[in-house]
Amino acid sequence: MSKNSKLVRGYEVVIGLENHVQLSTESKIFSGSSTAFGAAPNTQASAVDLALPGTLPVLNRGAVERAIRFGLSVGAKVAPLSIFARKNYFYPDLPKGYQISQYEIPVVQGGQIEFFVGDEKKLVKLTRAHLEEDAGKSLHEDYHGQSGIDLNRAGTPLLEIVSEPEMRSGAEAVEYARTLHALVMWLGICDGNMQEGSFRCDVNVSVRKPGEPFGTRREIKNLNSFRYMIDAVNYEVNWQIDRIEDGLEIQQATVLYNPDTGETRAMRTKEDAADYRYFPDPDLPPLMISADWVERVRGEMPELPAVMAARFQEVDGLPAYDATMMTQSLGIARFYEAARDRSGQPKLVANWMMGEVFRRTKNTLENQEKHGDTALRSLDAHFENLDRLLSQDKSALTADKLARIDQRTKQITLAQTIYSAVLPDQLGHLVSRIADGTISNNSAKQVFEALWSGEGADVDAIIAAKDLQQSNDTGELERILDEVLAANAKSVEEFRAGKEKAFNALVGQAMKATKGKANPAAVNELLKKKLGG
Amino acid sequence: MALTHDDVSRIAKLARLELSTDEQAALLPQLNGFFSIVEQMSAVDTSGVDPLYTPLSAVQEVALRLRDDRVTETDQRELNQRSAPAVEDGLFLVPKVIE
Amino acid sequence: MSAPLHHLGVAELGRALRAKQVSSTELTQHLLARVAGAKDLGAFLHVDPDLALSRAAAADTRLAAGEAGALIGVPLAHKDIFVTRDMPTTAGSKMLAGYLSPFDATVVERLNAAGTISLGKLNCDEFAMGSANENSAFFPALNPWDRTRVPGGSSGGSAVAVAAGLVPATTGTDTGGSIRQPASFSGITGIKPTYGVCSRYGMIAFASSLDQAGVFARSAEDCALLLSAMSGFDERDATSVQQPPQDFAAQMLAVRDGATAAQPLKGLRIGLPKEFFPAALSADVNGAVRAGLAELEKLGATLVDVSLPRTELAIPVYYIIAPAEASSNLSRFDGVKFGHRAKSYGNLIDMYEKTRAEGFGAEVKRRIMIGSYVLSHGYYDAYYLQAQKLRRMIADDFQQAFQHCDLIAGPVAPTVAWKQGEGADDPVKAYLADIFTLPGSLAGLPGMSVPVGLGDGGMPVGLQLLGNYFKEGTLLHAAHALQQATDWHRQHPAGV
Repeated sequence: MSKNSKLVRGYEVVIGLENHVQLSTESKIFSGSSTAFGAAPNTQASAVDLALPGTLPVLNRGAVERAIRFGLSVGAKVAPLSIFARKNYFYPDLPKGYQISQYEIPVVQGGQIEFFVGDEKKLVKLTRAHLEEDAGKSLHEDYHGQSGIDLNRAGTPLLEIVSEPEMRSGAEAVEYARTLHALVMWLGICDGNMQEGSFRCDVNVSVRKPGEPFGTRREIKNLNSFRYMIDAVNYEVNWQIDRIEDGLEIQQATVLYNPDTGETRAMRTKEDAADYRYFPDPDLPPLMISADWVERVRGEMPELPAVMAARFQEVDGLPAYDATMMTQSLGIARFYEAARDRSGQPKLVANWMMGEVFRRTKNTLENQEKHGDTALRSLDAHFENLDRLLSQDKSALTADKLARIDQRTKQITLAQTIYSAVLPDQLGHLVSRIADGTISNNSAKQVFEALWSGEGADVDAIIAAKDLQQSNDTGELERILDEVLAANAKSVEEFRAGKEKAFNALVGQAMKATKGKANPAAVNELLKKKLGG
Repeated sequence: MALTHDDVSRIAKLARLELSTDEQAALLPQLNGFFSIVEQMSAVDTSGVDPLYTPLSAVQEVALRLRDDRVTETDQRELNQRSAPAVEDGLFLVPKVIE
Repeated sequence: MSAPLHHLGVAELGRALRAKQVSSTELTQHLLARVAGAKDLGAFLHVDPDLALSRAAAADTRLAAGEAGALIGVPLAHKDIFVTRDMPTTAGSKMLAGYLSPFDATVVERLNAAGTISLGKLNCDEFAMGSANENSAFFPALNPWDRTRVPGGSSGGSAVAVAAGLVPATTGTDTGGSIRQPASFSGITGIKPTYGVCSRYGMIAFASSLDQAGVFARSAEDCALLLSAMSGFDERDATSVQQPPQDFAAQMLAVRDGATAAQPLKGLRIGLPKEFFPAALSADVNGAVRAGLAELEKLGATLVDVSLPRTELAIPVYYIIAPAEASSNLSRFDGVKFGHRAKSYGNLIDMYEKTRAEGFGAEVKRRIMIGSYVLSHGYYDAYYLQAQKLRRMIADDFQQAFQHCDLIAGPVAPTVAWKQGEGADDPVKAYLADIFTLPGSLAGLPGMSVPVGLGDGGMPVGLQLLGNYFKEGTLLHAAHALQQATDWHRQHPAGV
């Protein structure tokens, strides 16, 4: 058993996830209403969305296209024929009294997600992903003892992605969710905004003694932040174990996690929620997806993170870890590639990005944002924007990606008012200056600081202004070394007597004398020559 | 198979219909009368037959027609809420929703 | 114009209007007066004289400008199952009393654009559930041939309005026979096209996989004119058939190969399913239908025997599928977004249950109960799925039959219109009377009812003609030939 699935109090934890991913279409899944977030109540609820008598649904091609994209990205089967069904139940935020979803035959079948938990690679199979419509919202602030219903969100396209119950710890569940979140953003099918509910996690948790059949599961609904997921799962696991230890049954239930109390509590379940009376929606004939269509979508897809990471390992010679870090998001990957091309120094660029660039960017962002997803989103948005500034041929960008970039520019401009930043070209330039020996790593940090703070923009200009160039003038260096040797006769004696440490002392003195501008390699070489002679 | 009063009240709950005891009493024999004519249907062997969910698929492949992803609707809230039983601040009002 | 205005059909009126023999305003005034005088028939749920007259005036301007549209200025009325933006729409239910739709049904929109003048909204069974128009939440419609009898349903008001000479044509909807049966009971011509030919957008849904809009008029020719204007592809209905606009009048007139003036139907094979002529079929209906078939033979058609072995099964199959779809379609009537809400209630669920208990009538509740039951956990396969499989077998039987014939003919209903109040006690008995119209509905085939004389009590009898998919032209051609050679369709109730 892997170290990520340690038993908890002698029980094995079994976790499966259901993620509701809001697809980034302009219009709703069955109507021409806008999906834009935050409009005045019911101003984006058309006759169709309100289920006014006589209205009928017509499916949005954009939603299907995004489902296909996802299916291809996880190696799933894109069903040539899938069926929309009605899920019947009464709820005020459900205008028709049924939700149009997919039941027996979903559009995406199977597939798998790969991710790292620490340094251990984990693979989780997907059961399915199906298209459905979102419900509206019940606003609970008091209207004389009543609730207010806003149906703007009703009919927003969702892709519900269901995993097999193959996770064995909260840590695995979080990494799965993060990976899925990064993937749907990478694919440009979802804006990933968890606060606005664009990416929702329902976590099914059960426990069992090793080898026993699955226990009864409870579903933790609407975890809208990764940071709470582990806490929620841990609380739920211990709660279930407590009950079992007390000889009590686990009732299947839907629970909500309260971050303030750190506890989960069962939702008041809708009566007879069990009997949804699913049947194929007679308003919507079968959805047919031709092989041509699938191939067209495949052709428009960005290179997938895993594929790109493999390329960075093979072609650029990056270690696996670095390659993964450079493919956290499409924006980061493009940034890396631009800086790499400018410098021809893949490993050095990766080091600087994982070091200075990520540290500074993440710090600034995490100070600004509460929720776990935002750092990655804004980071991606930030890099994406820089990438766009760089991109010579904008027509090369798919409409999809442009839309994505545009709806992110808000965050970007916000991000940029928070901090200025280093462009890929600047980092590439800086790295090339380290590589060609013009400046030392330490000096490079000063240049980076200047670039970051906006103090300067051109790498060479900053080097000159700060007088950071490593001196490679041997004549000058020899003169200095002679002085150093003369001034440190004792060390010279010790070295000749075979004390290696004395040599380092001399190098130190020499660097000191050159105010750190000397190229350490050159100093070593010359010293050896002189002492040898 | 005959329905019982429990079936009737269970289905009524499912369908969100409040039935008076008289209505319930009247419905039970009617439903059972109906299901008696349904029995002949159950006898037929339909193995290997595809259900006919939409008529034309009896003679041709019927594929769902899709619309382009364009916003075509404008705000018609006032018109759409003309016949709403209870509205405030553009919201539909209902008895408190408890989760 | 020898006959009185209200005896004229759509085609004749169109010609008269374009010839300026009568103005749309005069015509509309004349018919509004008749509507007002015939309130007791219960054909209309809503009449709007001012709106009608203003539209008539507009039509007269178009006519004066020389516009030649066949329907400009022609008055009609719509079944109250079609939503309209300028008149209330109730679907014959308390649930929607006074409901104002923000949009017009596609069928209404197209007939308005063609220049027709809507006098109002027509009575029908609540949510189109019924076959006698006695399930209207407001009042029943009476059969003008005998006011103690029903006009048929669910489009009862639509049939009565034409039969009583209140308007030359009306729209209706047919889910299990709701156009053919009232047309037969009221002695007029009605057509239900192939499923998908008319848009369902704006037609309040009863059973989505069966509902289809159609026409009531005095002749096949009039039906063709209206159907041409109201049918055609609509992007707002995903089940709307993508085909170019059809000129059904032209299709109706197209001369068959080998046809002669005396035998316009030469070579047309009309299949008679033996299951449509059971022993139980009442003699008067059988007699009238046979007379009609004899006329068709005279016109050159040949009658062949065919079989639709699952005709009887159509009853349970239909009464599983239609209520199942209805139970879901009617869930939106919950007192939240529109329509009736109970005056007093406790919590949310109580609001739902009281609202729906008050808003729906007995038959609607019955079908919601049946539908919810057959879809509920553990019963789906035995009922709904089994019914949909049988539905395909029924549709396949038709394709078998159409290998031997071009049209299928038989009675519309086992009897003439029955007395008010009959069958109210036993709903299942009423279901059984739909036996001849249900198979064609389940298959989604086009069908007509054409008058072929009078039966018991001097009540009209209709001949049902069914065509293969998209064969409306053939149907209309046969019906038109019959009506050129006979005048059953010109008979009208005493005093009309």
